[in-house]
Amino acid sequence: MQEITGLMVKRAKELLEAGEVQRVIGWTTGDFCYDVTPAVFTKAEDLEEGKFVYNSFCGSNLSKYLIQTLRNDINAVNTAKAMAARKGENPDDIPGPGKTLVFLKPCDTYSFNQLLTEHRIDKSLVYVIGVACRGMADIEKIKLMGASGITKVIDAGDKLEVKTIYGDKSFDKKDVLLEKCACCKGKEHKYADEVIDPEPLPEGEGKGPMDRMAGVTMLEEMTAEERYAFWNDQLSRCIKCYACRNACPACTCMKCVFDNPRSGVDSKANVTEFEEKMYHIIRAFHVAGRCTDCGECSRVCPQGIPLHLLNRKFIKDINEFYGDYQAGEAEGQRAPLVNFDAENDVEPSIVNEKGGN
Amino acid sequence: MQVNENSKEFKPLIVAFCCNWCSYAGADLAGTSRLSYPADVKIIRVPCSCRVNPMFILKAFEKGADGVIMCGCHPGDCHYTTGNYYARRRMTLLFSMLDYLGVDKERVRVEWVSAAEGQRFAMVMNDFAKKITELGENVKLGDIRCKK
Amino acid sequence: MKKIALSKLNELFAAIAKDTELHLPVNFKGETVFKKWTEGDNYAKDSLKTVKSPKDLFFPQNENISNFRKEGNKFIIDPVELPKSGIVVFGVRGCDEQSFRVLDNVFLAEPVDTFYEARRKNSVIITAACTKPSESCFCKTFGIDPTDPAGDVTTWIVDDNMFFAVKTEKGEAFLAKYADIFTEAEEDDTYRVENVKYLANQIFAKLPLADLTTEGWGGDKTDEKFDDPKWQDLSTACLGCGTCTFVCPTCQCYDIRDYNTGNQIQRSRCWDSCMYKDFTMCAHGTARPTQKERYRQRFMHKLVYYPANNDGMFSCVGCGRCVDKCPVQTNIVKVIKAFGGDKK
Repeated sequence: MQEITGLMVKRAKELLEAGEVQRVIGWTTGDFCYDVTPAVFTKAEDLEEGKFVYNSFCGSNLSKYLIQTLRNDINAVNTAKAMAARKGENPDDIPGPGKTLVFLKPCDTYSFNQLLTEHRIDKSLVYVIGVACRGMADIEKIKLMGASGITKVIDAGDKLEVKTIYGDKSFDKKDVLLEKCACCKGKEHKYADEVIDPEPLPEGEGKGPMDRMAGVTMLEEMTAEERYAFWNDQLSRCIKCYACRNACPACTCMKCVFDNPRSGVDSKANVTEFEEKMYHIIRAFHVAGRCTDCGECSRVCPQGIPLHLLNRKFIKDINEFYGDYQAGEAEGQRAPLVNFDAENDVEPSIVNEKGGN
Repeated sequence: MQVNENSKEFKPLIVAFCCNWCSYAGADLAGTSRLSYPADVKIIRVPCSCRVNPMFILKAFEKGADGVIMCGCHPGDCHYTTGNYYARRRMTLLFSMLDYLGVDKERVRVEWVSAAEGQRFAMVMNDFAKKITELGENVKLGDIRCKK
Repeated sequence: MKKIALSKLNELFAAIAKDTELHLPVNFKGETVFKKWTEGDNYAKDSLKTVKSPKDLFFPQNENISNFRKEGNKFIIDPVELPKSGIVVFGVRGCDEQSFRVLDNVFLAEPVDTFYEARRKNSVIITAACTKPSESCFCKTFGIDPTDPAGDVTTWIVDDNMFFAVKTEKGEAFLAKYADIFTEAEEDDTYRVENVKYLANQIFAKLPLADLTTEGWGGDKTDEKFDDPKWQDLSTACLGCGTCTFVCPTCQCYDIRDYNTGNQIQRSRCWDSCMYKDFTMCAHGTARPTQKERYRQRFMHKLVYYPANNDGMFSCVGCGRCVDKCPVQTNIVKVIKAFGGDKK
């Protein structure tokens, strides 16, 4: 990790200094080794190691930040142009926003492709450096496994050495992986202008140890009553903080239906059981066929609700009914819900026919 | 199955989303042909089955529906050529999700009814109403505030 | 000081629950939450902080405050009964205890919030001293002594016993009711409790945030801090979700919503978050158009505006929930530090 961080910093500095990019979206350190925050760097001198980090806790998906950053930059340029025009100067003299450098992990590039497909970001304004990832750790899991008072985490290959004020602990990295990393889709970047990977894995290797549909299958095999009880338990913990929506790179609406007082479903708290379900069904539905299964929703949920199980159900159904589809695999794909097959599509009654439970 | 205090029969509340061009005309035909279908079915006319947002279905349940049925033109006959193909995919996924959450999957249904099928419309509605009556009151998916 | 064996705690809980509602941290559905005690629940004595703070015992996430309906041409308002008063909250940590006082300053000041008052009045707060803080704790920054927290009664766990010290008259009266369950603590025990406090204090001094200070913050800092360019950088990562405000024990903003049930309108209030785009939305739009303003609002409220109105009391209690739960780890500690609050 040390090595790759150095390479990333070096490359970002080069590009910034050469003026090829105007800003860099990466991660910055916090108070503890694990509280890594996405950040925008505009000066090469800010990009010192120690301030810029890339470690086992950089789970957040930076694709999401591209939307707002690019929008802000374009707005700033437009404002400057308007000001120039008002002053009688030539607005074309105002320089454009320039490129933004973003570091994307393999799974983030799926979201990036999806955003390109949906015209949410302009490819010509972005320079993507794909960075190698060997799975990110889940601090919640580490804490649940008894580490409290953490002062330092040392990344030692397959192990994480955790130093706490109550003594040191060591964890196998594979035991504390984020859910999304335990079910990793693969370590190959689906889009990148260049890739930084000091020790590339052989092709096809690096998939997560767990079957990502295992949870969905387990639920499907339960009876309807058990499933109902399971989801009631889970969703009743929802505090409607909207972290899942706001972190989701597929949720890119300027105004969400749940914020719109005219939609009839806007609400800031779950008053009844129904509102809990309504929100989560509709959110999952709105990203169905567009969700790349990046796992941000489950990662950010303060209540630890397994939201990925809803999204993966849609993914599984889409694969079963309409053929295998991976959102964000490539730019320009036609998502299954804005597509159809007149002859071969199943009828909705298949849900009843599937029978069993 | 819930039977109210006066031991009257359970009367289900059914919401039917019908597309303007086929199913709504089918309902009309059923009416003018004096075919009977249950009065518990409340028809909501939509321009196309594709107009039915999954939220509509959930909203109907929220406000106390016991069953929701969506009717549109037969695949291939959509007035707008392809609307019902999209609707078909959407509803398949929505129904599957409702089943996944443990809600009775028989409470939602999609039927294709053309403008000439008054008879079929009445039959579909009778059948659906019968099914919902068997299932009884919907307790799993509805807002308790609307139940008073 | 009184004492009770840990094995006899459930006996005490049963006795209290017979008289009043008792809420305490228990492990429930895989997480520690404040829950109404019922037979079979065990006090989660090792848990430090619940995910959600206990503020919703007094200020629930949503509550129905009145109903309206129409009869003929008349509108009829059906008032909602005030909630029952006098619950017992057990196992409150020092930070959460202070948060109740922060909320009191808001809701019990004129005009008094009758719903909050009804819940809060006659409630008994039994606090639990911390012995094993986590790295995100920084309550000492706000003048809280987590090893000897305030409250009506304070408790310590030493080996297999729990010790109870009375702090207020209300607490005295409360303990007197259950006097036969307790035994009187011996002189030795006092030393043992002091020892636990001493050891805990030593751990607190070792915490990574032990040096955090509120220097430079306070009611008179609006002009100095408001236009600082640092807010822009600090808020870049903020996603605008409401996690920090909803897990915060002192965030007290709410919104009022009407719901049409078909027969009547139910008016309820629910927590709101200044992090949301539609917070305090009015006809002209919102007063805080970008996340920078919203982000600044939250921290300026905690560290500047609130102290300005409440004799310098900060409305952060250093529980560290936002530090733990922020999806992108941008939190109050980073704000305090960015403005130079990390040197003592």
